[in-house]
Amino acid sequence: MSRRMSRPVLAAVLSLAALVSACSPADDDETASDTTSATTSPSTSSDACATDALQTQTDGKLTIGTDKPAYEPWFVDDDPANGKGYESAVAYAVAEELGYAKTDVTWVPVKFDAAIQPGPKNFDFDINQFSITEERQQVVDFSSPYYDVTQTVITTGESKAATATTIADLKGRKLGAQVGTTSLAAINEVIAPSSDAAVFNSNDDAKIALENGQIDALVVDLPTAFFITAAELDNGKIVGQLPPSTGDQEQFGLLLDKDSPLTDCVSMAVDALRSDGTLDELQQQWLAQAAGAPVLK
Amino acid sequence: MTAPAEAFPQLSLVEQERRAYRRGRAHRSSLVAGASTVIFLAVVGTAIVLSPGWPRVKSQFLDVGYGWEVLPDVLRGLWLNLRVLLISALLVLVLGLVIASARTLRGPVFFPVRFLAAAYTDLFRGIPLIILLYLIGFGVPGLRLEFVTTNVVVLGTAALVLTYSAYVAEVFRAGIESVHPSQRAAARSLGLSYGQTMRRIVLPQAVRRVQPALLNDFVAMQKDVGLISILGATDAVRAAQINVAQSFNFTPYVVAGLLFVLLAIPSARLADWVQLRAIRRQQAGGAA
Amino acid sequence: MSRTPVLALDGVAKRFGDETVLRDVDLSVAEHQVVALIGASGSGKSTLLRCANLLETVDDGVIRLDGEDITDPRVDPDVVRRRIGVVFQAYNLFPHLSVLDNVTLAPRVVSGVGRSEAEDKAMALLRRVGLAEKATQFPDRLSGGQQQRAAIVRALANDPRLLLLDEITSALDPELVGEVLTLVRELKDQGMTILMATHEMGFARQVADVVCFLDGGRLLEQGPPERVLGHPVQPRTRQFLARIIEAGRL
Repeated sequence: MSRRMSRPVLAAVLSLAALVSACSPADDDETASDTTSATTSPSTSSDACATDALQTQTDGKLTIGTDKPAYEPWFVDDDPANGKGYESAVAYAVAEELGYAKTDVTWVPVKFDAAIQPGPKNFDFDINQFSITEERQQVVDFSSPYYDVTQTVITTGESKAATATTIADLKGRKLGAQVGTTSLAAINEVIAPSSDAAVFNSNDDAKIALENGQIDALVVDLPTAFFITAAELDNGKIVGQLPPSTGDQEQFGLLLDKDSPLTDCVSMAVDALRSDGTLDELQQQWLAQAAGAPVLK
Repeated sequence: MTAPAEAFPQLSLVEQERRAYRRGRAHRSSLVAGASTVIFLAVVGTAIVLSPGWPRVKSQFLDVGYGWEVLPDVLRGLWLNLRVLLISALLVLVLGLVIASARTLRGPVFFPVRFLAAAYTDLFRGIPLIILLYLIGFGVPGLRLEFVTTNVVVLGTAALVLTYSAYVAEVFRAGIESVHPSQRAAARSLGLSYGQTMRRIVLPQAVRRVQPALLNDFVAMQKDVGLISILGATDAVRAAQINVAQSFNFTPYVVAGLLFVLLAIPSARLADWVQLRAIRRQQAGGAA
Repeated sequence: MSRTPVLALDGVAKRFGDETVLRDVDLSVAEHQVVALIGASGSGKSTLLRCANLLETVDDGVIRLDGEDITDPRVDPDVVRRRIGVVFQAYNLFPHLSVLDNVTLAPRVVSGVGRSEAEDKAMALLRRVGLAEKATQFPDRLSGGQQQRAAIVRALANDPRLLLLDEITSALDPELVGEVLTLVRELKDQGMTILMATHEMGFARQVADVVCFLDGGRLLEQGPPERVLGHPVQPRTRQFLARIIEAGRL
């Protein structure tokens, strides 16, 4: 019986082997990966960034990604297309720089963690409070930064963390942050609390936990901190800003697919907005309240 | 019946030859089976390792060094899974049995009890576990009741227990109803009360019958325990996720997955052993 | 001599939905008597026995055990059932308990007898019926005849006033029937009061003091076995017995 079976088995084995070696992935690990920082000096001439030369997802249209729900003060009313909110405004300013009218811009919802993953994207760039980090730069491209960000600790009036004034005061508290964010990294690297941080799928969940007293304090970026404490929490309170974990200023950048042909042009657009003062203007317009929080030591 | 103590009678030549032939053929079969298995594995293994995509797959999913690095984090998370699992399993068994017994009460006077038990199983089998976790884990503390804890692990365990005892109650009920009514008749005829009949005759047989289904639910629960992480507690999967989010290497997920599989195997074998022991004791299956 | 019968059915009726299964049954079993119930399947024999030990509630009539009305709703059925032993056609031994545990269960749990006392008594009973070596085995390992004898021992463990036997040999292979009937005869010789439904006419003739013929839920004819089985008065009794003779079971 086993003799009769061995020939078909051998045939199956050989065909399986052939199948496996035939399934080689689209190979691009031969091409040198971009290990330098995202802000490469634009070696392309401005012609390469002409609107009709840009290789976007859809010809003649710009597809921009952001999360759903989209939070204030970065967006307003969870509607990125209305141009209100700092990031919505910056996105449309960049689009205009690249030669796209407001009507040529389409928005697609993209989950925060999904955007940072390696792999092809369904957008031209994503604007969603992404901090530029070395690890992330291994797998995605970033444009020039459009905002300098600080991590901020917020709490409620009744919480045990309400009276904290130094980083040491926070070590014994239960802190929380969204998974995969630089806020979480800041907790672990800058504060290094004695009990593990609580990690949530979204800031919405974290806010509820904070209100319930299930965590003592939450870490988010500064503008978000101001918005949450002013508009969303009952009796919200800002404890203070955290120093950056690596010593370099943390910055937000637009996110693009790794080695995207658009990276240089988009960076140039952001640089232009910075040099002509548009970024400052928009920050004044949308993020003015986000100032004056104490810096924790 | 025990075998007779006398020696087997001397075999005829024909029978000896037959047995020798069968033995030889059995040896040959096992040799061929062993060899072909080894060859098969070697060929497939080599084909996989030599394929062009392999180095990337290996580094993305099977980075042994990184796996070792994240193992302590994932194990710490797994410890939470285990603690919650064991406590939940016990509570679910008890609560499930109570509800099943309530649903199988006879007599019109017990209608309210049966109704409540049925409503319970309908409700908690219907509500998605995630929703219940949010409702209990975040909603209950929001009510600010003095005597109720806000600890997410406790609340999460409560949600898990409520849900799974509904499923387990139905499994027990099926077991109870599968015990032949003649068993009850015999027990009642001996003068046993309803409660004594349930406790000594019906439930022992019911539980034995549904052991495989119970094990199934137990293994499923091992995974659902991890959902508690949406409330902020860090379990094995969340620990893996945190690492993956930083490194963009999926090895931590593979590590966590393997740990879960390792967790599931002993429970399966344990239940098999218990089942087999009960069967061997009770039934004269013989060589069939 | 009008001693109170151990069991007395008086005008008992039982309906299942539209169907009347027992009509106006008057039957009594005196102490030490063996009463045999015969009749076709569906004639109501099993239902009658189930009413006698309160597994069914009667729709009319009264049942008395040692003169006490057990069909009174205020009576606790569990207490009554301790005084009645039942043996079923399908033996109904508890498969998850050993033979010994099967026998000692009721005395221990219901009558509060201590374990060693219950086991001593059980072993004595099992020895009497030749099942002592099977005591620690599980029912599945016993032959049909052995299981049925074990079931009889179980029914006796509570020292019942009355034994109800519901066609206890019908599920047995012919060669095993004998050992069970022998046991029943011994019980009768020891003075047990027995009400048994049976198809074994020959046995009924040898052992029973009274034979009752049930037809369509009605007790059509009753009397000593020689009369009911030998010279039945009612035509339907004759028809029934003729069929039995044809089937070679008389």
